[in-house]
Amino acid sequence: MSDVIEVRALRKSFGRTRALDGLDLTVRAGEVHAFLGPNGAGKTTTIRILLGLLNKDGGEARLLGGDPWRDATTLHTRLAYVPGDVTLWPGLTGGEIIDLLARLRGPRSAIDPKRRQALIERFALDPAKKARAYSKGNRQKVALIAALASDAELLLLDEPTAGLDPLMEAAFRDCVNDERHDGRTVLLSSHILSEAEALSDRVTIIRDGRAVETGTLAEMRHLTRDFVDAELAGPISLDGVPGVHDLVVQGTHVRCEVDHAALNDVLARLTAARVLSLTCRPPTLEELFLRHYSSERFVAGAQG
Amino acid sequence: MTVLARPGWDPLPVTGLTGTGDLTRLAVRRDRIGLAAGIYVIVAAVTGTAYAFKKLYPSAAGRAALAATGGGNPALRFLYGRIDGDSIGSLTTWRYGIWAGIFAALMTIFVVIRHTRTDEEAGRLELVGSAVVGRQAALAAGLLTAAAASVAVSVLLCVPLPLAGLPAAGAAALALAIGCCGLAFAGVAAVAAQLTSSARSARGIALAALGVAFVLRGVGDSAGASGPSWLSWASPLAWIQFTRPFADQRWWVLCLPLAVFALGTALAFVLAARRDLGAGLLPDRPGRATASRLLSGPFGLAWRLEWATLLGWVTGYVFTFWACGAAAKGIGQLFGTSSALQREFTRLGGLGVQAAITNAYLAALMLLAGLVAAAYATSTVLRLRSEETGELAEPVLATATGRIRWALSQIAVAVAGTVVLLAAAGAATGLGYGLRAGSVGHQVAQMLGAAFAQLPAALAVAAVAVLLFGLWPGAAVPGAWTAVGVAVLIELFGQVLQLSHWVLDISPFTHAPRLPGGTVTAAPLLWLCAIALALSAAGLIGLRRRDIG
Repeated sequence: MSDVIEVRALRKSFGRTRALDGLDLTVRAGEVHAFLGPNGAGKTTTIRILLGLLNKDGGEARLLGGDPWRDATTLHTRLAYVPGDVTLWPGLTGGEIIDLLARLRGPRSAIDPKRRQALIERFALDPAKKARAYSKGNRQKVALIAALASDAELLLLDEPTAGLDPLMEAAFRDCVNDERHDGRTVLLSSHILSEAEALSDRVTIIRDGRAVETGTLAEMRHLTRDFVDAELAGPISLDGVPGVHDLVVQGTHVRCEVDHAALNDVLARLTAARVLSLTCRPPTLEELFLRHYSSERFVAGAQG
Repeated sequence: MTVLARPGWDPLPVTGLTGTGDLTRLAVRRDRIGLAAGIYVIVAAVTGTAYAFKKLYPSAAGRAALAATGGGNPALRFLYGRIDGDSIGSLTTWRYGIWAGIFAALMTIFVVIRHTRTDEEAGRLELVGSAVVGRQAALAAGLLTAAAASVAVSVLLCVPLPLAGLPAAGAAALALAIGCCGLAFAGVAAVAAQLTSSARSARGIALAALGVAFVLRGVGDSAGASGPSWLSWASPLAWIQFTRPFADQRWWVLCLPLAVFALGTALAFVLAARRDLGAGLLPDRPGRATASRLLSGPFGLAWRLEWATLLGWVTGYVFTFWACGAAAKGIGQLFGTSSALQREFTRLGGLGVQAAITNAYLAALMLLAGLVAAAYATSTVLRLRSEETGELAEPVLATATGRIRWALSQIAVAVAGTVVLLAAAGAATGLGYGLRAGSVGHQVAQMLGAAFAQLPAALAVAAVAVLLFGLWPGAAVPGAWTAVGVAVLIELFGQVLQLSHWVLDISPFTHAPRLPGGTVTAAPLLWLCAIALALSAAGLIGLRRRDIG
């Protein structure tokens, strides 16, 4: 199966600001791909290039087998997009906008009224209200329903849950899982890591216009450490054991981070001291993310 | 001043008006150019009219004849109101009193709504309101800014009119009456801003009140002795002439607009205190839960976004040009009383003087219709830019709708709207004139032709907006309005300033035939169409190549 999105060494500058600096991104057909990065990392710029709204300065970008700039309108019949900051025409109602966006997507992409109604109920949207009366979250819902009700094979979602309350966020997650089962491809840009963790098959982390890491969560954790928190019967010394980091020992209570390669060795030492309770868990994406960026920032700060 | 009921944890004595000073300074800062321009236009129009009357009608006999014909023509009374005397001051009050009042009212309406409901709808007041700013500070700041502008108009008018040799008391009365008219409508706008949650509807309500005021006094003023002339007293616009500047100065009439301002302000503050931020008193009507068949595709969207605006323009056109057309009958006698003008028109030869003057007047009306239609077309084309910067273009262009189709849809609405406006101008002028002068059918057909002769020029001006939007989007708004402004300046003042031919030729309207009375040649019209098409095509090619957003 071919890749839905292939981006190689993508570059884009706005005046002197370099928004994308050699970005690589591959999204496979049928996967939910999280596109993670802090604000200003270049997520939205990438999506806008994929939508043919911006022209790239260099590198390569392929979308659904076509050129996103040249073939924009034909490609757009096959995708649906939810912008990060949804603005709507204030005089139109939510229901009208949902229908309008579906019709703009092309004559063949008629919206299924049942599916539309189900989504409106699921997200608890009042479709007869004028858009000017909607809150940020409700505007977001209008764009989400318009995208999810379509039969597009690719969904480009730019920070889709910003402004949704936790209940609606859960509804959104259910919807994305349904999409996955239907075989649709989703590119989900976010800086909410738990969302990506809950939803995505693969992740690309972007910073300063470059992909700093990409792969499945499992692959990424492979590069990293597990958290170990143990209550022991007697004292133990892990000082100087290779692969153990950030060690804290308070009497018989041990906390540390352990490289995957050293895990077996460490566990053997712990059981030797008799384990009363043990927690060993992979890092959350939050921790991955924090470590990645804070360490780079630290290095950058030290150099500067 | 009541302290907001937040005892216990709020040590600051925050009143409803805390922060008004800062917000007023902010409002004046944001509006400085627009306010200065508005004040200048009002003062210059009134002063210029006074000087023009002084130059064109030096003799008392000529002025008396003008006052007699001007006051005797009901259509002119509908447009300009009553005449109280034949001094230069009285004639100036007649010709520009009400219209200066309308301009002052427009200025204060826009200022008040902009700093109250517009900011509230955009969420800016929420940001401001979270600081140490009282609930009613924005309303107070908007009213203060509008009041300051009204006072400035009054003060600035008091200076040049006496310099033109007009009596100081009369000048003061006229200046105060115009300023007070602005104040009265500031009060109206303050109430309107409390009623709806949309700034657009609030502006619509206030402008409708201004329109009703104009028509009420128009009917009252043109009614004559036997008709309902008392209707004029119900209109703040008529109060300007009821003050009788340069006649016997009834100062007490000024209390009426001041009372409207005071009542409107008080009512607005009461209403503002009783409602939530962002809410209006009139409920938002729910709309359709599904889109109608019409709302599909980019053209359906453009039409949906523009039809209400177009309807407003058409209504304005029909009323204005119907009244102006009706005034054409007898316009020859009006100008005939100035010997300087008479000489000017006799020089044109051919037709009788009266017919030549009438034709020149009608042709000037059609030129005006064309210029204003160019402004309409430009503002409609520029919606493309505001949709782009407002991030509303993005969701549309992310669908199968291409950039060119999206832009052409909006341009098509602009062109269709311009055609409709010119048709309205021609038909209304022809009807208004024909009904009084006879041969309605002939007049309507002739004026429709005259109006449509302006179409290529209007579209050529608007094509500049398309060009800039495609090639230099950042310069589109100022550039396109500069093009409109240059055309207006050249057409209205080019002859007077005796600009050289190549400067006059810059304006597309210089090449449009002056109808009725002039001759039509196809070449310039075709050239204008070709230029409009070429500019638009270049703009669209640029749009295809550039980044969006």
